[in-house]
Amino acid sequence: MSSTAASPTPFVPAEIKHGSLKNERRWAMIGAYIALAVFVLFFMIPPFHMLMTSLKSSAEIADLSGNPWIVRSPTLSNYWELLTQGNYMIHFRNSVIVTVCTVLISMIISTMAAFALARMKFWGSATLATGVFLTYLVPETLLFIPMFQIVGSLGLYNNLWAMVLIFPTLTVPFCTWIMIGYFASIPKELDEAALIDGASHIQMLLKIFIPVALPGILAAMIFAFTVSWAAFIYPIAFLVSSDQMVLTVGIVSDLIRADTFQWGKIMAGALMAALPPLLVYAFLMDYYIAGLTAGATKG
Amino acid sequence: MAQVTLRKVVKAYEGGVQAVKGIDLDIADHEFVVLVGPSGCGKSTTLRMIAGLEEISDGEIAIGGRVVNDVPPRDRDIAMVFQNYALYPHMTVAENMAFGLMLRKFPKDEIKRRVDNAARILDITPLLARKPKALSGGQRQRVAMGRAIVRDPKVFLFDEPLSNLDAKLRVQMRTEIKKVQQAVHTTTIYVTHDQVEAMTLADRVVVMNNGVIEQVGPPQELYHNPKTRFVAGFIGSPAMNFIPGRLENGSGALRVHLPGDIVLNVPESRTARYAALAGKEVIFGLRPEHLTEEKNLERPGFARFPATPEVTEPMGMETLVHFKMNGAEICGRVDPNAPAHPGQPLAMAADLNNMHILDPQSGRVL
Repeated sequence: MSSTAASPTPFVPAEIKHGSLKNERRWAMIGAYIALAVFVLFFMIPPFHMLMTSLKSSAEIADLSGNPWIVRSPTLSNYWELLTQGNYMIHFRNSVIVTVCTVLISMIISTMAAFALARMKFWGSATLATGVFLTYLVPETLLFIPMFQIVGSLGLYNNLWAMVLIFPTLTVPFCTWIMIGYFASIPKELDEAALIDGASHIQMLLKIFIPVALPGILAAMIFAFTVSWAAFIYPIAFLVSSDQMVLTVGIVSDLIRADTFQWGKIMAGALMAALPPLLVYAFLMDYYIAGLTAGATKG
Repeated sequence: MAQVTLRKVVKAYEGGVQAVKGIDLDIADHEFVVLVGPSGCGKSTTLRMIAGLEEISDGEIAIGGRVVNDVPPRDRDIAMVFQNYALYPHMTVAENMAFGLMLRKFPKDEIKRRVDNAARILDITPLLARKPKALSGGQRQRVAMGRAIVRDPKVFLFDEPLSNLDAKLRVQMRTEIKKVQQAVHTTTIYVTHDQVEAMTLADRVVVMNNGVIEQVGPPQELYHNPKTRFVAGFIGSPAMNFIPGRLENGSGALRVHLPGDIVLNVPESRTARYAALAGKEVIFGLRPEHLTEEKNLERPGFARFPATPEVTEPMGMETLVHFKMNGAEICGRVDPNAPAHPGQPLAMAADLNNMHILDPQSGRVL
């Protein structure tokens, strides 16, 4: 053991700045607003460019002489043609079918899995919970080759329903993980009270956990919806005919022919495809943020 | 309504740690029993084993004569009130109270009758349509009690129900709980670490320590006739003073020799009881209210001794004086008008009619 003698340091009082708290707060707010404005501007540029392009005719797009950010003769023809001709509506319908089914399947599986892993302590439950999350870390770019074999052997190649089968493998692990966290945050006394009140485990899940953990379930739903709606690799690998395609691959397959890009329609199609996620976020955000557990226990 | 019986009940966790070490307890029908003890003494574990929320490792628990070791909580016909209320946050007060009855498929009008009745008893009728988040702590606790009352169970279990409330509300709710129990007359087992709650509520108090029962008895008996040093020190606030000393026979009388050359005469009423201990090292125990300013000296059993308070705590109706007797911290209760000031000598008197003599080795009260 060695000891070092610390030389005594004379006490120097810290310099006190006489700035008012109100002023400091105001500057903090101004800084925050500037940062947010830059952020919003940066992220709004691509959708704005898409909107401008979607309102132009093919001739105006091809004409490189003007300012690309301004529409000279606006037209809705790109939107109209997409909605009335071609397979865009079929792709849209396919995306809705696949996404609704994926969200439903993911929610049913992950809610029950999360309840079991969070509350019904059994041998290996903690390892299993970590294992569930680890499967999410394997990228789909690695998985699509073995998946291709499975889908092929099931006779589901170039079949929309293959997506309903495959997408939950992307969504269930993470949704389960989100919900394990939410379920774990529900006070243990709540299920003990329910047990004493006479609830079975399934009643406890349906009547207590799901309503109380609704913000968590909605967060998981939003995640499953986004993943399923925006999935690209599996659909492009497994779907080849236009009538089976979902929006993400349908737009690029149908509107790009060799080196001919129908930019106006591509942009219009992509903008319309972005609408459902936008609506889902707009309506569910409040629920998502609201803490429904308020008042359950002391607080 | 029913009696509850515990026979050699053990709760052992993985690694061999025993939270409850083979306790026996008989709780009579309609009785209000309070399990009290410090944190980790096994009182909550015992309650949870009775509720069926913890499996028992060994022994037998019976409710109403039926052994319930392997019976799930819902079939034990018990109701429990938790420390943090455990109200269902998405349900109204009425729905919270009705939930247990709905699961048991009671008719709707019967559920309504019971909820209304419980709400009336607890004075929460105007709150029935509210959600728990719109209630104060005291109101939430009433709802939690209401949820127990509507079930009309054989046994009420309370797990430290007042710990989350502020001091004033706690006193108020304590009275409420007592009133409710007197109204519904259900066998009640109540867990607390607060000895005042235990004393005020219980028909019988069960003092637990280190997973065993130290003593069971009515509050007054525990207070006046504790059997162990733990019970003597745990029941009563401020706690009983313990001073190491020696019993000696001198000039025909039994005397306690305390540190600082203080010698107190044991009153005649106690001489026979302690005569055999003459010449032995003992622990002398006396409650603060039996250490007062010098008065009543003409009464038998009172002895005078000098003290210099280090701290005085005026409580309004009395003043607590803290002084040292050869290193031992001593607390006395004096009249608020007594001249008790820190650092100034004060003539004190000990009422030896209420003295206790304890065995220093075993901690038993002799």
